[in-house]
Amino acid sequence: MPRINSPAELEEFRRSILSKRSDDRPCITLCSGSACHATGSEKVAGAIVAELENHGLTGQVDFRRTGCHGFCEQGPIVVIYPEGICYLKVKPEDICEIVSHTFKEKKLVERLLYVDPTNGEKSSFEHDIPFYKNQQRLILGLNRKIDPKSLEDFLAVGGYKALTKALFEMSPEEVIGEVKAAKLRGRGGAGFPSGMKWEFARKAPGDQKYVVVNCDEGDPGAYMDRSLMEGNPFTVLEGLMIGAYAIGATEGYIYVRQEYPLAVDNLSVAMKEAERRGLLGKNIMGSGFDFTVKVHRGAGAFICGEETSLLASLEGKPGEPKSRPPFPANKGLWGKPTNINNVETWANIPVIINEGAEFFSSVGTESSKGTKIFSLVGKVNNTGLVEVPMGIPLRDIIYKIGGGVPKGKKFKAVQTGGPSGGCIPEAYLDVKVDFDELMKMGAMMGSGGMIVMDEDTCLVDIARYFLEFLSDESCGKCVPCREGIRQMLKVMTDITQGKGKEGDIELLENMAMATQGAALCALGKTAPNPVLSTLKYFREEYEAHIKEKRCPALSCKELIAFHIDPEKCKGCGSCLRKCPANAIEGGKKTIHVIDQEKCTKCGTCIEACPAAFQAIGKLSGVPVPAPVPQEKRALA
Amino acid sequence: MDITRIDQIIDDHNAEQSSLIQILLDIQAEHHWLPKQALDRVAEKLDVPMNRIQHITTFYKAFSQVPKGRHQIHVCMGTACHVRGAQRVLDTISEATGIKAGETDAELKFSLETVNCLGCCALGPVMVVDGEYHGNVAPAQAADVLKNYE
Repeated sequence: MPRINSPAELEEFRRSILSKRSDDRPCITLCSGSACHATGSEKVAGAIVAELENHGLTGQVDFRRTGCHGFCEQGPIVVIYPEGICYLKVKPEDICEIVSHTFKEKKLVERLLYVDPTNGEKSSFEHDIPFYKNQQRLILGLNRKIDPKSLEDFLAVGGYKALTKALFEMSPEEVIGEVKAAKLRGRGGAGFPSGMKWEFARKAPGDQKYVVVNCDEGDPGAYMDRSLMEGNPFTVLEGLMIGAYAIGATEGYIYVRQEYPLAVDNLSVAMKEAERRGLLGKNIMGSGFDFTVKVHRGAGAFICGEETSLLASLEGKPGEPKSRPPFPANKGLWGKPTNINNVETWANIPVIINEGAEFFSSVGTESSKGTKIFSLVGKVNNTGLVEVPMGIPLRDIIYKIGGGVPKGKKFKAVQTGGPSGGCIPEAYLDVKVDFDELMKMGAMMGSGGMIVMDEDTCLVDIARYFLEFLSDESCGKCVPCREGIRQMLKVMTDITQGKGKEGDIELLENMAMATQGAALCALGKTAPNPVLSTLKYFREEYEAHIKEKRCPALSCKELIAFHIDPEKCKGCGSCLRKCPANAIEGGKKTIHVIDQEKCTKCGTCIEACPAAFQAIGKLSGVPVPAPVPQEKRALA
Repeated sequence: MDITRIDQIIDDHNAEQSSLIQILLDIQAEHHWLPKQALDRVAEKLDVPMNRIQHITTFYKAFSQVPKGRHQIHVCMGTACHVRGAQRVLDTISEATGIKAGETDAELKFSLETVNCLGCCALGPVMVVDGEYHGNVAPAQAADVLKNYE
């Protein structure tokens, strides 16, 4: 394994890798991201190796385990090149057929192809699937082409070209100029111009400077940083090194949540590979630029995604925020100038350097350039990671890419920006998604979580949920956040339990203002957003909870009751057998009755009742009808 | 827990004070909890006061100072799992095991924890038992999964 000592040697090495590869060589790739891992990609991988062996194809067909493709709902995903045939929800027992059909007989395995739920059309190829077709994957696109642990794979798709260009053809100021001209804004959520931030750190006095990757993706419902880190750690490293060169830092830290073990593993392997080749460490590619990097695992604290808390945690202290200024660019890690960016921000850097600021700023809107990765989850048909140009209407994301709301339910709202964000109702679905437009809506870009909710989701409960999350995660250093969130949570919990009273809404609004204005860091300042945005767009839901003790979405446990309609019950006993609380009375050919005292409101009975009968329903805000007397329950 | 193993973990991190959290994470990963003697040893070798270690172990969620069960159940309570009914999954598991989130049963069979997001949002609701992920779990299914553990 010789060291690479110059750009010429790097290109020589790249050529030798490419000479052994060809675009027409058959290759089977399997997504091995965390979500596909959860749906069994490990066993599928074993089956692929065994079946290629069985069919005598081991030397002729390449097998590559890649990072996350993004279409997580449909995992494990197998894509066969050169054609780009895409098989979804693949099980180990399907592999024999895939190998014999696709490679030997050149036929498709029809049942594993994507079927559009709206019109029943099948798509044979990855690029035909609507979920992929409507995206622009500048950052995530490489994930499905490379094995995250293989430097050779990364070089084959043009890896380290941007670093070479920065180190050998550009001055640090030029690199910063390019990032500024590209108008890249931080992808961690607040959208601060990255080039400006770099310039502050570059100009800050001091010899020792640091660069940091923030992969403490604590926002519930967002996981793009995880997929990037797991699927393409080399790109993040490359971006980080370009940043270090521009700022004048020789040491970097990558802060990864300990909940992401696969990201830590893949990243550690990638770092070792890069070190062995001299692409990390001393005198990189003979340029005279030294750079070392350490991985630091977070220990489970949401607040550590906030930059000053993250730095405290890196120093081995509890992650409590400090007031800014001084900003980390001047006084960061151990008091030295430090530049922190989110994973996705760093991953954008090689694209900007390779393609140029002009190309980058041609994508997106006036104020927000480039693409953004969203994690589209919740009540939507195609859940997964979606990378789209800034400025795309929300409606396109949810309907064109996401395929709309499942089971014919009605769309109610979409929540963006995690616990600091807000809910956007249907009336505003044509809003163009970028940093400023979302802010105007009372939501925010945040880390890019996009949670779709349908008619069954109670928005009062969602706002309460976020407060509960934040109350749990508030570090407790400042009173407005610690007490403000807790008191708001108390009021919200009362409302969802039917103990709400007149004046609660005004009280919530007052507390929200105080918390927003007085909290020390962004966690507290943005904590009231979910409450304020649901109050703004869904005030009537709050009022129904408070005045009528009714949950319009039929979801708040304390406000609903399950009831079997005696007119519709056929006495089949399905619900009785399934009820975990033994709360249902009845026998053969008799009307079944739910004992309201015993019922835990888990909803199992509704799912158990045959679709043809639909005898069980939920009630809210009205008294439960008295059960049919014992003697009249027999069915003819 | 073997003191030489603890020393080894500390040495792997060059006994640096700034690596305190990393050292505790490694001990936690191997042992599933942080016994007092282990913390004493870390305090001694790193020359940090015990109150700082206590501050760290109580501030960060990954650490436990009580013994854990043989099997760790994690139920994801992230937003995406929440809107798809994670609470019902958690309630069913609590019924089946007789323990609430954050508790361990008397036989040390199960420890039940909630996690605020595991990053498998597309598969919600998600539960993890001993590192094995189960996606799209229905409440009744969650109880069935636990029957496979001794």
